[in-house]
Amino acid sequence: MRINMSHGSGGKASAELMNNIFGKHFSNSILNKMEDAAVLELHGRIACSTDSFVVTPIVYKGGDIGKLSVCGTVNDLLMMGAEPKYITAGFILEEGLKLSLLDNIVSSMARTAAAAGVVIIAGDTKVVEGKGGIYINTAGIGSIPEGREISAGNCDEGDVILLSGTLGDHHACILSARMGIDNNIMSDCAILNPIVNTLFKNGIKVKAMRDVTRGGLGTVLNEIADMSRCGIEIIEEALPARPEVRSFCDILGLDPLYMGNEGKMVAVIAAEDGEKALELMKKTAPGREAALIARVIIGKGVIMKTRLGGSRIVDVLYGEGLPRIC
Amino acid sequence: MDIEQIIQELKEYSGPELKIMEVCGTHTSSIFRSGIRSLISHKIKLISGPGCPVCVTPASYIDRCVDYSKREQHVLMTFGDMMKVPGMGGSLSCAKGEGAKVELMYSPLKVIEKAKENPDIVYIIAGVGFETTIPAYALTIEEAARQGIKNIRLLTALKLIMPALNWICENEDGIDGFICPGHVSVIIGSNAYELTAQRYEKPFVVAGFEPEHILAAIYDIVRQLRTKKHKGFYVHNLYKNAVRTEGNQKAQEIIDRCFEPGDAVWRGFGMIKDSGLYLKPEYADYDAGSKGLDSDIRLPESCRCGDVIIGRINPDECPMFGKACNPLTPYGPCMVSSEGACGIWHRNTN
Repeated sequence: MRINMSHGSGGKASAELMNNIFGKHFSNSILNKMEDAAVLELHGRIACSTDSFVVTPIVYKGGDIGKLSVCGTVNDLLMMGAEPKYITAGFILEEGLKLSLLDNIVSSMARTAAAAGVVIIAGDTKVVEGKGGIYINTAGIGSIPEGREISAGNCDEGDVILLSGTLGDHHACILSARMGIDNNIMSDCAILNPIVNTLFKNGIKVKAMRDVTRGGLGTVLNEIADMSRCGIEIIEEALPARPEVRSFCDILGLDPLYMGNEGKMVAVIAAEDGEKALELMKKTAPGREAALIARVIIGKGVIMKTRLGGSRIVDVLYGEGLPRIC
Repeated sequence: MDIEQIIQELKEYSGPELKIMEVCGTHTSSIFRSGIRSLISHKIKLISGPGCPVCVTPASYIDRCVDYSKREQHVLMTFGDMMKVPGMGGSLSCAKGEGAKVELMYSPLKVIEKAKENPDIVYIIAGVGFETTIPAYALTIEEAARQGIKNIRLLTALKLIMPALNWICENEDGIDGFICPGHVSVIIGSNAYELTAQRYEKPFVVAGFEPEHILAAIYDIVRQLRTKKHKGFYVHNLYKNAVRTEGNQKAQEIIDRCFEPGDAVWRGFGMIKDSGLYLKPEYADYDAGSKGLDSDIRLPESCRCGDVIIGRINPDECPMFGKACNPLTPYGPCMVSSEGACGIWHRNTN
């Protein structure tokens, strides 16, 4: 069975799709009311984020577009110090999409949402002509507990920067699949709640957090340096990356510094809490390969101290990271 | 001698200014990534050479690629770097935005499977590269011929490195020594540089890609230039675990079976005799019209792309560098390619 235009008609086929797939996996007391809008009770400061997911292939090693669509929005909320509460999901389905595949994707979203402690409270489905593809938009809100002031503009000289794990896994996995390169590189797509929760629970002085997605670490650190009007010095030797990802990058002329992840973050921590924060991070599943990779310094932009003691400037990513010729 | 001593000596170098050309884009990239310039004396200038195949491809070749990508029932297969190189009528990236069929490949051999699956589509392989990648094109065409596959064509801009190095030695006095391209040397062997080294009296050193390898090569060249005890200079192979004196003869044979030399235009250099490779007459049916793609883009007068490729100036000495010409809106291919000198400079300096 595949998606056809009648599934987007609003009639019986739409209702069946709703009950048999979305209702089955997403069922909860707010969504089940089936009103025109979800009604929520929230107090205090609210963080809100939205993101659209268009990844191909739809299913890849270590995840699928459904898991990714929840991780992406949940992680964005977490990076502001918010506790993610609710998300919405909008689907654009192309004619020809297998219903069994859609069922798997929706089920994957439901599992990831449950693990992240968020409830899917509203949704929408449209069907368009195409070749069996799927696009998902998620929007989420979370509440920010009293006293949390997280911003990329908060960093000061001496702060340390922790990276929660290896660089480039998701990007290398997707690119391998698209280019038909057979390897064992898995996407790192994951929710970052365990890391963020442990840092706050243990009173770590967190200044800023960012998830390392498109643009990679190089771009993220430049954004932090710009917003905090400071410099950042990366220690090359400290940067974690899997050997297979490094080799993949070498072959294609890509730099792990500019490769996207979907389950990694950087946290800027007050110097005195740096070591403790690193230990805590390493005790979590998504942070077990965490490392202290950089320091905030007086100055401007991002520089890297290289393995041999040289230094170089690390700029933002320009354009698309296309594989080179040889 | 350990690496600390080498760095120390290169840092303290105080002789006459030296210009050393690293021919290969992967070396250029490694030099930046490891901050080698910050480790050695400013009297040792590292010049980025013509070792990026995309950067030396003339605009008319890009135009022919774009033309094929827009034809009915045609798909153009290319390496990623070619996508943004501007031709006279736009880039492949622009063409794709307008509905042209362009697909990225990482190995031309993979196109065989595609061609078999879709016999109604003609696959045009954009064959750009030096000796390193040429055997893969040769094997693809041989395999297509063996299996009787008719819907693959090769549009070549294949180039040989030695004619270009000879051209530089003949036309440019300023370069004191060369770090030979690592991957190309695997194929052609360290012997390939001997005649040029003796004729033009310049040191040629074959090096690997780790920063330690490059520093050792720079040190070797500086030492040769400083001692000058002997008449003439030497080719030294510091990448012996990958590069043999005679090179990879099997790969050379594969190349010779399919291709023959012919004149080719290098962006920035002009026509160099017998510096290109074209399919032999027996494979003429697989050629997509590769000869005669000589005309180049009319770049703005202030563009110094040609001078950069030859190593006459550093990228940041071009008046357009980082201003009108930047990685988002490149004029010359040296800014487009990840192996191009301008792109590498821009990414790694501010």
